[in-house]
Amino acid sequence: MLITELKNKDTILSLVSGKVFIINCHGCKDIHFPEQEAEALQKELAAGGNVTGIFTTDYICNPENLKLRLGYHAEAIAQADMILVFSCGVGVQTVAAAYEDKKVCAACDTYALPGYQGVTPLEHDCKQCGECFLNLTGGICPLTACSKSLVNGQCGGAKDGKCEVDPDMECGWERIMRRLAQVGRLDALKCPVQVRNYATDDEVKSK
Amino acid sequence: MRITELFDNGEFVVTAEVGPPKGISADHVVEEAKTYLSGITAVNVTDNQSSVMRMGSLPACVALKNAGLTPILQLTCRDRNRIALQSELLGAAMLGIDNILCLTGDHTKMGDHPGAKPVFDLDSVSLLHTACQLEKGVDLAGNPLVGEAPKFAKGAVVSPCSDSVDAQLAKMERKVMAGAEYFQTQAVFDSEKFIQFMEKAKQFGKPVQLGVIIPKSAGMAKFMNKNVAGVHVPQWMIDELAADKEKAKAGITGVELAAKVIKECRPYCQGLHIMALGWEAKVPELLKQAGI
Repeated sequence: MLITELKNKDTILSLVSGKVFIINCHGCKDIHFPEQEAEALQKELAAGGNVTGIFTTDYICNPENLKLRLGYHAEAIAQADMILVFSCGVGVQTVAAAYEDKKVCAACDTYALPGYQGVTPLEHDCKQCGECFLNLTGGICPLTACSKSLVNGQCGGAKDGKCEVDPDMECGWERIMRRLAQVGRLDALKCPVQVRNYATDDEVKSK
Repeated sequence: MRITELFDNGEFVVTAEVGPPKGISADHVVEEAKTYLSGITAVNVTDNQSSVMRMGSLPACVALKNAGLTPILQLTCRDRNRIALQSELLGAAMLGIDNILCLTGDHTKMGDHPGAKPVFDLDSVSLLHTACQLEKGVDLAGNPLVGEAPKFAKGAVVSPCSDSVDAQLAKMERKVMAGAEYFQTQAVFDSEKFIQFMEKAKQFGKPVQLGVIIPKSAGMAKFMNKNVAGVHVPQWMIDELAADKEKAKAGITGVELAAKVIKECRPYCQGLHIMALGWEAKVPELLKQAGI
C-alpha cells in the first residue's frame, strides 16, 4: 500500500515550463491519491492556457497499457514541452522511459504504508521514500537505480558503465546523466546539495 | 597544519597513503611512515579501505601525528550515519586532526564483511557540506555547537581517467559547490588523459594532486585494468613491465614508469598523491627520479 501526496504548490509550479500534458493515475485500489487537490491545481494550470491535455487513467506502471492508452493522446503530447505526472514513483518512471526525449516530472511524493504491495510490474521500482527525486534525475530513480542510493551524483565505482557491486547492472548515474543530456536538463546537476530525510512520519518530514 | 595553506602558498604538495592494520598495533604503520614518508607533506590514512575491516582512521592519524607526521583523515560514508560522521569530525578537531578527505566509500559487498549493512546516509558531497556546517558552528540539523567551531582543510577525490569523464566533472563541480578545497585523483597512468582532464577541471580553480601508483607487475596492471574503476594502464606500460620480470619485481620498472607520468603531468597539477600499496620503501626513490 502507498500514499501519494502532492509536492508543495511552489515546487510544482517551478517544474512547469512551456506547454504541459498532464497524466493522473488513479490505479491501485490500495493507494491514496489526493484527487481533489490535484484537480484544483490542474484547473489553475489549465487556466493559464498552457495545458495541452489532461488524461486520467489507471495502472500507468504497466508500460504496454500506458503506450496503448497514450496513443490516443499522441497529438496533445507532441504539442507539449513536458509531461507532468500525478502518480506514484513507478508511474513517473514508466512515463519517463516511454518518452525518453521529453521532460517528465513528478508532481507527487510517494510514501509507504505497511501492507500488501499490489501487483505493480517491477520493471521500475519506487522506494516510497516520501521525497521523490525524479525531477532532479530525468525520471530515473537514484535510490533504486544506484546500489548506494546516491542522490548527489555517481561514485567512482563504475567500470565500463557497470556498477562495482553487480557487473550485470548498469551504473544508475550514468543512465541518469545520459537521460539528462537527452532532454537538455544537465543543469539539474547544479541543484543544491541533497540530503535525504529518513523520517517516515509525515509531520517530522515536513518540518 | 592544514594543507590548504600550502596550496595557497603555491607549494607542490606531496602526500602518500597508508592503511591502518587489522589489529591493535599501529607501530608498523608509524615506523614505515617515519622511515619512508617523513620527507613528504602529509600522510593519508585510509578508512577501512576496500571495505576491509581494520583499525579506524582517526586513532591511526593520532599515532602518526604523535610521531611528528601530518595526517589526513579519510572519512567514508559507508559505515556511519550523519550523527556518527559529525561526531567523528568533532573528535578529530579536538585531537588536532584538521586535514580531511571526504569519500562516499566502496560498497560493503566489495570487502571482507559482504553481509554488512551499507549505510550511505550521506555521500561525499553531503559530507563536505556537513563539514562546512560544522565550521559555521552548527550541525547538519542546524543546532548550534558549543564553543569554538572546527576548521578543516576539506579534500575530495576525482577520477580523471574514468570512462565517463563528464559524469566525473559534474560530480567534481558538486563537490566544489559543497565546499571541497583540494582534490586527490585516482591513479593516473596515461598522462595525456590526465592533461586533457585538467584542461576542463581547471575551471573550478581548486588544487588537484595527481594520483600515482607504482605498478608492480604486468599482472597487477592487467588486474587493475579489469577490476579497478577509473584506472587504465596503457598497453606499452604492460609490455615494459613484462619485458624484464626481475627488473619489474625489484620495482625498478615501476618507479621509472611512475616517475615518467609525474614529470609529464607536473606542469598541469598542484601536487602529488602516492598510493604505495605496500611499496612505501620505494617512495623516496620515486620522488628522486621524478625530480621532487
